[in-house]
Formats: sequence, C-alpha cells, structure tokens
Amino acid sequence: MSAAASLPDETGAAAAEAPLLSVRDLTLHIPVPPHVLRAVDGVSFDLRRGETLGLVGESGSGKTLTALMLMRLLEPPLAALPRGEVRLDGADLMTLDEKRMSALRGRTISMVFQEPMTSLNPVMTVGRQIAEPLVRHLGLSSREAAARAEEMLRLVHIPDPARVARAYPHLLSGGMRQRAMIAIALACRPAVLVADEPTTALDVTVQAQILELLAELQREMGSAILLITHDLAVIAETAHRVAVMYAGRIVEEAPVAALFAAPRHPYTRGLLASIPKIERVPAPTLPEIPGMVPGAGDRPRGCAFMPRCARAVSGCAAEPPPLAETDRGHRVACWNPAHG
Amino acid sequence: MSATAAAPQGQIGRVWTRFRRHRLALAGGFVVALLLASALFAPAFAPQDPTLLDTALRFRPPFADWAHPLGTDELGRDTLSRLLYGGRVSLTVGLVAMVTTVMTGALIGITAGFLGGVVDNLLMRFVDTMLCFPQVFLLLVVAAFVPPTLLSISLVIGLTSWMEVSRIVRAEILHLKEQDFVAAARALGASRARIMFRELLPNAAAPILVAATLKVASAVLMESYISYLGYGVQPPLASWGNMLTNAQGYFDTVPWLAILPGAAITLTVMGFNFMGDGLRDALDPRLRMDP
Repeated sequence: MSAAASLPDETGAAAAEAPLLSVRDLTLHIPVPPHVLRAVDGVSFDLRRGETLGLVGESGSGKTLTALMLMRLLEPPLAALPRGEVRLDGADLMTLDEKRMSALRGRTISMVFQEPMTSLNPVMTVGRQIAEPLVRHLGLSSREAAARAEEMLRLVHIPDPARVARAYPHLLSGGMRQRAMIAIALACRPAVLVADEPTTALDVTVQAQILELLAELQREMGSAILLITHDLAVIAETAHRVAVMYAGRIVEEAPVAALFAAPRHPYTRGLLASIPKIERVPAPTLPEIPGMVPGAGDRPRGCAFMPRCARAVSGCAAEPPPLAETDRGHRVACWNPAHG
Repeated sequence: MSATAAAPQGQIGRVWTRFRRHRLALAGGFVVALLLASALFAPAFAPQDPTLLDTALRFRPPFADWAHPLGTDELGRDTLSRLLYGGRVSLTVGLVAMVTTVMTGALIGITAGFLGGVVDNLLMRFVDTMLCFPQVFLLLVVAAFVPPTLLSISLVIGLTSWMEVSRIVRAEILHLKEQDFVAAARALGASRARIMFRELLPNAAAPILVAATLKVASAVLMESYISYLGYGVQPPLASWGNMLTNAQGYFDTVPWLAILPGAAITLTVMGFNFMGDGLRDALDPRLRMDP
C-alpha cells in the first residue's frame, strides 16, 4: 500500500482508511502502425469502502477501457497490452493468473453493463442467472441459490420476485432488466461494483430509480462503486467524488461539491457550462467546447486539450501536465488552471 | 420484443403456434410420428416374423390375402413385416447418426468459433478437407474396414456428415460471442467452458435443431445407399436399403417389391425435411414480429 500512502486523502471522514481499490498509472497503448494509440494514458485513482467515484468523460476518453482493464476483461490481442497497477484489497489484479482472477470476478469485483436489453442471456431464466455466481463463488446448493436469487430480486424492488425469477429476460422491461443485472452483479456482495453507464440506455425516470437503487444498496452492503458515465447529472446525483477523463487521462479529480462549485480544468469548466440550466435566462446559444477530441493517434505531445483550450499558454505544447493537488482533495492536470 | 438470437425455451408456445400454421410441416411431423410409432411397435403390427421363409408363397402380390397384406418377396418373407422391422433399422441408423453428427458438429463448431485464431483455422481447414470427398466414397472406404453392424453404420454415417453442422454452429457462435451477455458472464467469473456450453450453446439451439431434423433424413438416405450397395445392413436383417437391393432383380416382373421400400424411404425423408423447414421458419428470429 506504499503507492496509496503517497497520495493525500481526499475527505476527512475517509482519511483513516486505506483505499480498497487503488489504481496506479494504468496505461493502454495500442500499437497501430505507424502510430501508437494512447487509449488510456497513466490513469491513477483510489476508491474507498462505501464510496462512489464517478468517472466521467465523453465517448472515446478511455473510461470504458479503464473499467475493462480493472476487470481484466480485454480480449486478445488487447489483453496483453495493459500496464500499471491495480490493487484490490492488497492483491495486484494485473499479475493474477486467469483462474484466480475468475474467482474474484463477480465475487469481490463485479460489473454492471450499459445495455440491459442484451446483457442478460436470453435463454436462461432470470433466477438462474442470479443463482449461477452464488453457486460458483459461494458454493451454495442450487436450492439455496434459488432462494437467495428471489431475495436479491426483492432487494432491487422487483415486484413479484418469485414469478420474475422463473421468467426469461425478454418478458422484462429495460428498467426491470437493469434491476435484474444489478441483482446479478451484487448477488455475492462484492466489495467493488464497476457500473459502466448503467443508466444510459434507460429513460430519465427509470434512470433516477436505478441510481437511487444503487445508492440504497451501497448503504446496505457497503460496496464501493466506480460509476462510469458521460452524464454529469448522474454524477451530481450519485457520486461522492468525480474524476474527469479527457483523451485517456484524468484531468481533474475532486469531491463532487467542489468540482461543481469551483471547476479548475478548462475542460471541466466547458463541460459544466454546456449543461442547459433551467433557472438561467435562456442563453441565445448553449456554450460548447470548440473543436473535437483529438484521435487517439494524433494527440499533441503536450496537453491533449490544448488545441481546444481558451486558456492555453506557451508551455502547454511542451509536455502533458501532471495531476497535481491544488486544494485539499482537489487535483488538476493543467498548466494554467482557473481559480475559483 | 427480443431481437437477439432465437430462444427456443420460454417461447415454445409461440414456436408451436407458428409451426402449426405451416401445413406441410405439420403433415411431415405427423408422418414422422406415425413412422416412429410403427417402428417402435413393429412386433405388435407385423403379421409374422420378418425373416420367416416360406418358399411355397413367393412373390405374392399386395392386397391378395390377409396373411400377407403387402405380399411376399422372392423368398416368401412377408413384405409388411419386413417394412416395419426395416423401418426400425433405418430410423435407428437415422437417429443415432443424427446424434453423432450434431454432437461432433456442435463440438467442433463451438470450439472453432469460440477460440478463433489458429484453432479455428485448423478446424475449418479440416472441415474443408472432409467436404472435398463425396460422402458415399468416404462411407464405402470406411465400410470396407469396419464390419457392418447397426452401430458401426450409424457412427460411420454420423462421422462423415457433421461438417455442415459445424459450419452452422461456428457461424452462430461467432455472432453470439460478441453479445453483451457473454461479457457479462465473464465479468461474473464464468469460465471459458461454462461460457461455451452454458451461455453460448443453448443460444444456438434453434439452428442446431433444424440441422438435426434434416440430418435424420439424409442419414436414412445414406443408410439406403450403402445397404443398396451391399456394404450396409446385412441380410437376413431387413432394412429399406437392402430390400431395394433384393428387389432390383425382379423389378420388371414384381415392381412392388422395390416400390414399397422406396415409398417408405421417400415418406421418411420428406416427412423429416418438411418438419425441418417448418422448424426453421418457426424458429427464425427475424420472423418473430407476427402475433
């Protein structure tokens, strides 16, 4: 845990506790001759027990790849490429053999996917799909596992759990399926839940219910959640801390309130400014960030955001800025961060 | 409404409704059921022992007397009894060969499709190689070395006709393994074998089922071929194929000896084929929009 100790703790309440999940310098460089795609480029963060860390960024910023690397779910030929360190409760996930990693997946670290419509096996009953990891990881008999599956369905507020347990996924609505997915992922009470855009495919009211459910289950089970999303509203509602990703790097990390109140990185400021607000007199045009995310192959040598940045200074092109602490618990990777 | 792969379980009712609407398939299924029943209860229906010789009563025409409703053959054996017992042989060979075909084909197809890469290449080139030889030729070569028993004939037919099934299964697996639920299963700690056989294979059940039906028909036909050529079921055991062989010497004078087993083979093959067609339509996920 020496790597973890070198980083200052963010919040006073959690200060005493060592992080449950500690990610250091996670990197995925994909050689695509003649370029190297720096899809994920030195990502570091900590996740504490019972905490929700929001990982926010637009499509292609590397957030989903980060999640897949944590779970070691990248398929060959990408599977051999990740570098860095992922420590979960002391074990280094990057060096575990596949068998021991399988034993952790679903048991200690679990994942909810974006698409509830396709993430369930269409020819297996919902109850069976919840029961399987229980039998596999906890060695329950199939009868005990079936009973626990029903209990899990009740816990995620699915009405008539006994009936739903016997149903096939196509009979359930999107929201119900995502509840079922959460029941499956949390069945073994994992210490860490990675939720990759868990509400993106759902409509807004259902989205709010699912987020509420995640928060409730977190209070109940004490799981830590890594919530991956492109939606800042979701973050504001659910997360304790936020890490903003841009072009494969974390550019700003802060407690939710601090980030929304005083964003430091120009990219974060741009993101927040581009959210339509109801209370404001409608602006003639919604502010947007000029330009596009650079392709992973043609990033500038320095700060990847520089070409789109209004605050760019001469030093920005030379080398990428390190993620440095500005206030307590507030870290920014910018050569010329905004103040207040 | 699910747009994913065909899901036979849980939708059996819907599939049955659609199958029932397919008249020919229903007729095919009925014929198949009738043939299976007659083969199963052959001893009850057969007027006498199919190998009982009665040289005094050779070449009796059909419908002439009640003792031999479909007449007798060149050795005075009762044709109806031989047809019923021959059906046992033909259908047994058909079903055992189908099971062999499906198991081999599914195993090779899922291994190739799921593992991909070198394994996929090697297995598929092996499939190509097997497909280069005419099946009858393969059968005759093997039959020359293996003594023909019911089991050996079935296995040999099965082991020379699994290639299409393996291609069908491989294609299905290639499509299925990219689906989210496979990644979800991995994220829950499922092993490769578990993903292959518990998650993927049941999802490929529909095309496998259809292929299986059609394979019974072609295996029955194959058995007839090789029995006709004399390498199959050996006399005095009756099979539709060797009944045809025996009949060919008398085709100009007593044609019914050839026509009857020929008709039985035709009925079986058509019954299974229509059933397979109906199943294919009923299980096709793209047609799932109708009520």
